[in-house]
Amino acid sequence: MSSQDDRDDLQSTSRRNFSKGLATLPLIGMPGLSLAAKYPTAKVNTTKLAVTDTEVTVGQLHSATGTMAISETGSIQAERLAIEQINAAGGVLGRQIKIIQEDGASDWPTFAEKSKKLLVNDRVAAVFGCWTSASRKAVLPIFEKENGMLYYPTFYEGLEQSKNVIYTGQEATQQILWGLDWVMKEKGAKSFFLIGSDYIWPRTSNKIARKHIENFRHLKVVGEEYYPLGHTNFNSLINKIKIVKPDCIYAIVVGGSNVAFYKQMKAAGVTSKKQLLLTISVTEDELLGIGGENCDGFYACMKYFQSLDNSNNHKFVEAFKAKYGPKAVIGDVTQAAYLGPWLWKFAVEKAGSFDIDKIAKASPGIEFKGAPEGYVKIHPNHHLWSKARIGEIQSDGQFKVVAESPELIEPNPFPKGYQ
Amino acid sequence: MGLSASDLWNIVVMQGFAGLSLFSVLLLMGLGLAIIFGQMGVINMAHGEFMTVGAYTIFMLSSLTETYAPSLMPYYFLVAIAVAFVLAFAAGWLAEWALIRHLYRRPLDTLLATWGLSLGMQQIFRSTFGAKEVSPTLPEWLLGSWSPTEGLDIPINGMFVMGLTLLVTGGVFLMLYRSRWGLRVRATVSNRGMANAIGINTRNTDRMTFAIGCGIAGVAGAAFTTIGSTGPTSGSLYIVDAFLVVTFGGAASLLGTVASAFGIAQTQSITEFFLTGSMAKVLTLLAIITILMIRPQGLFALKMRR
Repeated sequence: MSSQDDRDDLQSTSRRNFSKGLATLPLIGMPGLSLAAKYPTAKVNTTKLAVTDTEVTVGQLHSATGTMAISETGSIQAERLAIEQINAAGGVLGRQIKIIQEDGASDWPTFAEKSKKLLVNDRVAAVFGCWTSASRKAVLPIFEKENGMLYYPTFYEGLEQSKNVIYTGQEATQQILWGLDWVMKEKGAKSFFLIGSDYIWPRTSNKIARKHIENFRHLKVVGEEYYPLGHTNFNSLINKIKIVKPDCIYAIVVGGSNVAFYKQMKAAGVTSKKQLLLTISVTEDELLGIGGENCDGFYACMKYFQSLDNSNNHKFVEAFKAKYGPKAVIGDVTQAAYLGPWLWKFAVEKAGSFDIDKIAKASPGIEFKGAPEGYVKIHPNHHLWSKARIGEIQSDGQFKVVAESPELIEPNPFPKGYQ
Repeated sequence: MGLSASDLWNIVVMQGFAGLSLFSVLLLMGLGLAIIFGQMGVINMAHGEFMTVGAYTIFMLSSLTETYAPSLMPYYFLVAIAVAFVLAFAAGWLAEWALIRHLYRRPLDTLLATWGLSLGMQQIFRSTFGAKEVSPTLPEWLLGSWSPTEGLDIPINGMFVMGLTLLVTGGVFLMLYRSRWGLRVRATVSNRGMANAIGINTRNTDRMTFAIGCGIAGVAGAAFTTIGSTGPTSGSLYIVDAFLVVTFGGAASLLGTVASAFGIAQTQSITEFFLTGSMAKVLTLLAIITILMIRPQGLFALKMRR
């Protein structure tokens, strides 16, 4: 990416343009100038981050290539949209945001190496990035050692908390408990069959689900099964489900397996007419691959659906489609990624500084009333307060929101009694 | 659990069908590879990507039909499979001409070269169709299940794949053992120098063989859109299983490929039924490794003077 020389060059031209603009249009130049002047660089940047009088540089670290590109593309797009909107509204403390994008290439050591490059060489003021837990775990020690700030968008298994990370997705309990309670109360589910892909997130999530079902609600788990990532043959599993006849299937299958699972369920006659199914791993993005007609009528528990009916979301969907085409879909994580740059901007403005320590301290209590999901607030544990919602899958690949938690749910990454 | 005798019978039938359906999937996957690897000795790591070519062909034709001739939706799938064969065949022909033919004397290098080819093809898919997975709209008659009695559901897509596998396997056998091309291929496999000497153009034979193998991969990929996913990296999901089937069966034997696909499918679907998914995979692989240790040449091997 850009070397030091390039950047100096860029700065000097933009500074020149800026003063030229100032001479001709003093009135328009004023607000930006006054804000940047009110916060002189020497004061708002005491740790030598890439912040100048006119510009602040941030990093973006996702997989643009490799297997995970399927999932991470939406996050890349949402973060860019948010940054563009922030810049159009005057930037952060009067400084325009510049992005350095790095490709993690779906490879965890690459993530670690690139994060080091962003923090040490580029001195970026914040990083928006990572998707899988594995990539987050790979970069976490580097963010803690080099004192960087990561905005992480994916719903994940919890059991983690760091001064250097803001988690804009749900941790496990926010996504699992309320959804399970909903199928118990509204659908009368008493027995559950837990299914997952075989890695940390589904296993931890199902562990929490099982504890909740058995210990807290005193109902039954009649089966729990894991299949290797990429497994594409679920016929035996489906027969097993037919034998034990659970009231509800609780599915956390991911990736290509997801598509095979729902197609084969439909082919085996297990449809929503006969079977209740709740998943936490199907968003609008996954439905592109699965095809809504293969799983319509099943339920997903998320905090965001593209079809949410509120004015923030209407504006967000419209802006997203204007930028990325009318066919673009927005899943739960894409929305969470969109929150990152905004929450960072608010934290910087509250702290009156770009320094990481000050942002970390200022973050708890920060609210974002313009969030497409409605309203979010950062908890002292650096996760977000947010609502949970149940969406019913429609054959056109969208969700119909059928239920919403009445209150914001408190994030609790280390839940007692669930480990 | 309240299972009646008829319920139990239904499960047995459906489980039997699950095994057969996995068998046809594995066989269809392995067939193209068996021709290329078995007859030519080329380790084609890009086999999965030729399948993906077939899968994307279905996707393209389904979107085209949906936009321009929605009334033809019920029929397009059959045509699309033929097109998938042709496109994958052409891609294979091209790959052989540009890459593989320069490497026949260096089998390990073909492994690397085709691995590179697979990465390149994945990136082409990604740039053309986007990184997200896509789903072709399948004709209505391919979805759902056939249930002759209450509680018995036989997947229609499974039956379709089974029929197609039967057709393709029969076709390959006929071509290999009843056609001039098959004769030339078999002659080339057993003695390349002698085949050359009696006037067989072994270079053309190789190219044809490679392209046909790729074409069959395209058909397999097209069929798998009914049961699995289509994305730039879908091919890599299948490649390991495909090699497993071919190696286990004995590289040069088509009959071996059939037998090995059957064995692996039944072992896997039965263990999956009684154990958990990951455990079933472990057991199946252990069984294969054990048998390969005892019979390194695979289940069936051609008797040949070395």
